[in-house]
Amino acid sequence: VVPTPVKINLINMLSETGLQVIEATSFVSPKWVPQMADHTEVMQGINKLPGISYPVLTPNLKGFQAAVAAGAKEVSIFGAASEKFTQKNINCSIEESLERFEEVMKAAKEVNIPVRGYVSCVLGCPYEGKISAAKVAEVSKKMYSMGCYEISLGDTIGVGTPGSMKEMLTVVMKEVPVGALAVHCHDTYGQALANILVALQMGVSVVDASVAGLGGCPYAQGASGNVATEDLVYMLNGLGIHTGVDLQKLMDTGTFICNALNRKTNSKVSQASCRL
Amino acid sequence: EPQASGLPEYIKIVEVGPRDGLQNEKVIVPTDTKIELINQLSKTGLPAIEVTSFVSSKWVPQMADHEEVMRGIERHPGVQYPVLTPNLQGFHSAIAAGATEVSVFGAASESFSKMNINCSIEESIERFEEVIKSARDINIPVRGYVSCALGCPYEGNVVPDKVAEVSKRLYSMGCYEISLGDTIGVGTPGSMKKMLEAVMKEIPLSALAVHCHDTYGQALANILTAIQMGVAVVDSSVAGLGGCPYAKGATGNVATEDVIYMLNGLGINTGVNLHAMMEAGNFICTALNKKTNSKVAQASFSTGTIN
Repeated sequence: VVPTPVKINLINMLSETGLQVIEATSFVSPKWVPQMADHTEVMQGINKLPGISYPVLTPNLKGFQAAVAAGAKEVSIFGAASEKFTQKNINCSIEESLERFEEVMKAAKEVNIPVRGYVSCVLGCPYEGKISAAKVAEVSKKMYSMGCYEISLGDTIGVGTPGSMKEMLTVVMKEVPVGALAVHCHDTYGQALANILVALQMGVSVVDASVAGLGGCPYAQGASGNVATEDLVYMLNGLGIHTGVDLQKLMDTGTFICNALNRKTNSKVSQASCRL
Repeated sequence: EPQASGLPEYIKIVEVGPRDGLQNEKVIVPTDTKIELINQLSKTGLPAIEVTSFVSSKWVPQMADHEEVMRGIERHPGVQYPVLTPNLQGFHSAIAAGATEVSVFGAASESFSKMNINCSIEESIERFEEVIKSARDINIPVRGYVSCALGCPYEGNVVPDKVAEVSKRLYSMGCYEISLGDTIGVGTPGSMKKMLEAVMKEIPLSALAVHCHDTYGQALANILTAIQMGVAVVDSSVAGLGGCPYAKGATGNVATEDVIYMLNGLGINTGVNLHAMMEAGNFICTALNKKTNSKVAQASFSTGTIN
């Protein structure tokens, strides 16, 4: 469990890199997620720079209210394209989870707080295996019509490939405008950057990533999870795509958190650059 | 042949683990282990396996047993076993040991050429000319490699036209295929596209291959870009063997398992059995006492399943 000051320093350093959105914490019960128990302190402790958004997860109305009280100006809700995953993760059906979110959406609308919707398991599920693109489109459409301004499509276990990414996006884009779509790729099978490249080629222009590739895969012990922001920015720079992010500052931030966690970075750019 | 997706229907994988991979591993691998690795790879469905290098053991101790390896491996029908031959002497030894395909290595950077083989690009090409002539005399196909295609550890940026120029020289001299190498892995889909556009003006697509390093995590994205442009030959290394000699501790070759996983997902045929590939990777990593660089292998062994 990472100490609160370290989390705050990490977020503050990230705020200096040019990133425009930094997901700060989760207003979930510490019984379920001890790592996020300090959500209020973190939210109140970080420097909130103008022009930067600090969304937080709010799994239910209670979390939402705590988040707003702590100063949150943007929240996120998590759906899934798999019934089994939803059952195992939050102990209810997809339909029931969406009803829960409806409450959060209503409350958020009343105070003009934008809500981002995540859809998990878009390219595969640890329990169901293959996931139909139609199901992903259905859940995404529901969340978008409920009022989420953006839908982040998550390859939760990283099994996707450029083939399945293309197929899934083609179907989702019939229901949700591409301008409201984001991709959240995991690098568990090394496919993340290739998958992101395909998404970009199809017009997606919002990409989730994690500094130093923090976050392993809870479904494959020892395997990697999130794609490293450094590696993503390196690729986008090479493509001449503007992100506003300073790669060196990002790498420095990655170094900081890896030292604090006493672990090696998952970013190959960081690994390579240190030595040159 | 393009599919409806515009991608090739079949991609030839050239497995470079036993040569490029092992050459860049610190531990000297026993001859028996090398032979066993190659024999296992021969059973995976790979169409080409780069076996060894007929170079002086003074320069590359890891490849000192080139003759024993060449003579000791099982030769499966339908599988090519190319070897590196940096000069005429090496070429003669290779043929005497039973080689039926050879490779020569050029570079798109003068500095790299000087630092690596102590001569200019022009001089190196003259050296290869001898090899290629002798090879053609006895109908031995020659593959040409061009290093530093997307960047050089000494010169930094490399101009695409230079890559095209060197590639064209090697191709016109008689190399049947040119493998374009991102030697230090600095390339991105952006620079890959520009470089291929320049090279494709001089060399037919069917004669091109890409040899991407994953030092900056860009390999699969770069390979995807290349195959979207019609390239249908990809070099890779089982378990991602072979670090980067220019960035200590950093990775080098892209892992064959990860490439196959991506190509399978794209519906592209390679003839390679991923499971068998992972077993060969597991074998060599155990023998080398090291962790695999393949994410597919890491994930698959963790979950006990293959997706």
